[in-house]
Amino acid sequence: MKLGKASIALIGVGAFVLLAAIAVVALNRDDDMQRASDGVAPQASDAELVARGEYLVRAGSCYGCHTEPGGAPYAGGRAIETPFGIVNAPNLTADATGLAGWSSDDFWRALHNGRSRDGHLLYPAFPYPNYTRLARADADAMFAYLKSVAPVAKQNRPHALRFPFDQPVALALWRALFFRPARFDADSAKSPQWNRGAYLVETLGHCNACHSRRNVFGATAGPLDLAGGLIPIQNWYAPSLKDNAEAGVGDWPEREIVALLKTGVSARGSVQGPMAEVVARSTQFLSEADLEAMAAYLRSLPDSPDATRRAAGDSDAATVPSEAGAKLYTTHCAACHGDRGEGVAGAYPALAGNRAVAITPPANLVHMVLRGGFAPTTPGNPRPYGMPPFATVLSDEQVGQVLSHLRASWGHHAPQVSTLDVSRYRGAR
Amino acid sequence: MPQVRGLPDAGLATDRSARGRARRQLARYALALGSVAASGPASAAATFEDTIAQRVVACTGCHGKEGRAAPDGYYPRIAGKPAGYLFNQLRNFRDERRHYELMNGLIALLDDAYLQEIADHFASLDLPYPPPLAPAGSAAQRDAGEALVRRGDPARSLPACNDCHGVQMTGLAPFVPGLLGLPRDYLNAQLGAWRSGQRRALAPDCMAQVAQRLSPEEIGAVSAWLAAQPVPAHATAPAAAPKPLPIACGGVAAAAGAASGPTR
Repeated sequence: MKLGKASIALIGVGAFVLLAAIAVVALNRDDDMQRASDGVAPQASDAELVARGEYLVRAGSCYGCHTEPGGAPYAGGRAIETPFGIVNAPNLTADATGLAGWSSDDFWRALHNGRSRDGHLLYPAFPYPNYTRLARADADAMFAYLKSVAPVAKQNRPHALRFPFDQPVALALWRALFFRPARFDADSAKSPQWNRGAYLVETLGHCNACHSRRNVFGATAGPLDLAGGLIPIQNWYAPSLKDNAEAGVGDWPEREIVALLKTGVSARGSVQGPMAEVVARSTQFLSEADLEAMAAYLRSLPDSPDATRRAAGDSDAATVPSEAGAKLYTTHCAACHGDRGEGVAGAYPALAGNRAVAITPPANLVHMVLRGGFAPTTPGNPRPYGMPPFATVLSDEQVGQVLSHLRASWGHHAPQVSTLDVSRYRGAR
Repeated sequence: MPQVRGLPDAGLATDRSARGRARRQLARYALALGSVAASGPASAAATFEDTIAQRVVACTGCHGKEGRAAPDGYYPRIAGKPAGYLFNQLRNFRDERRHYELMNGLIALLDDAYLQEIADHFASLDLPYPPPLAPAGSAAQRDAGEALVRRGDPARSLPACNDCHGVQMTGLAPFVPGLLGLPRDYLNAQLGAWRSGQRRALAPDCMAQVAQRLSPEEIGAVSAWLAAQPVPAHATAPAAAPKPLPIACGGVAAAAGAASGPTR
């Protein structure tokens, strides 16, 4: 029997598909490392374990997604919009609609392997690409705490993802390409403090979920990538933590980094937008020692600006001062930020010498002008100052003009902000 | 979160020009603010004082200088309203029982203690109000509105507005708001939003029950009449009378501190 060329090709394709399928399945296998068979048993007393778990759950920023505004803590329900559709954060309380039937092994499997109790794959809006490196003992403590939260009967809503992203095969493919269960390995060349900071930033804090660029499949380059990126859908720009001209803190004193994460304000600026939420829901609750560890780690990141982003900032689109922008500034901004952008210490940020004004993507500036904002209330800053929203006052063109004015004043030389830029961000959440 | 566009709580958007009017009104406030800025170079820093008024400048951008919005716009006045009412509304916006993205976003991360301080500040202001705009709607419509405000409709178990909001309609401290000095569009939209379930209060949501017993025409009549009434001088809300409200209201029953802060 002689096979035709077409048949050979068909067999070839079939074999390839089969091998690819095997590869995808193999790459999605559970990594059973540190399952209960390792004999990891909780050592601490229940109360201690629960308290430690609460602390870790806060460090992991679980509240923000798993609690609806005004809703019962950790009862889920918040709809997380992604470029692929909506992912609904599930109920984490110990009700039958939540984690009632779960064991600590199940919980560990979710964090470490990104699989639910019944084995189905979880969407990486749940940051298991970071949590996978959690220590088993930490996961157990978190689980013990969640078991202690008042159970709330609240049915999980199904996700609403678009085709083909709603297909299990698509998720399996994604995981085969971008996810491996992993373990946090301490760097013995570095201090225990640095390693603790790395663990908090890369694993629990999942900082790179925002502070990195995602590819077209929504994947980051890994938990060590902190080079900044636009947050999908929200369209706030999470600045690079590895660029001292953006949010890098290589040249900040430790105490100011700690103050910013603990209170939401520091002598060098305050948190706004999604980072304000992080401080409010998570970092304000961390111990000084842990915040110092995060600071030590963040300070150690090399100052390595993104070449393409920097080039865009240096382009000839750099702003020329416009009279319209200056006039708008005098009318709307100078009362608080000062005629020379000097601000009022402790109340209204200076715009002169403020690196946030000059970051190449103008996203955050546009959001601030349109929506205004308060820093979060924290024990260290219980009565924050606020900026009014200008969304109903200024047109897109005017917002562009006034921001371009800022970016050409007081020594700033940043690209101008076009009307189109503003309308793009106005439509975002 | 909903988008920036759209009217606050616009469940019954009877007047599409309201947004445009609100914008013009805001532009006027902004100009007023601007004139302060322009009055003397670098005067802002010199006159800076650490006061609660200074800390909540973010509010007066829309609600008018000192929180005294004019009746021709959309945003409600907040100056002089009962503190408990303002506090409940701030919590309702923070916890998304009321929906207006700019409000929701602005105060999303403020805790109860600070919201209470903000509420106390605006409640403490005693400011004269400008006379209302020329009455809108027909005389017959306003008469029907007045009848509902003063007497309700016992046949439908519909309480009169006066029963809870006071005979003067200046509210009852600390939880029941006054009904005067509010733009007609704002009143229409609030009653409409309650009727449709878009605006919610702490349960039991008495105003939702009231609004659901009103037809859209009746809502229009009540709003037209209320918006045409002047705010009396020193229109503070007297302390609540001991007599019980005709229906149970969660916002009145729930004493301050019943809910947790956003970060707990």
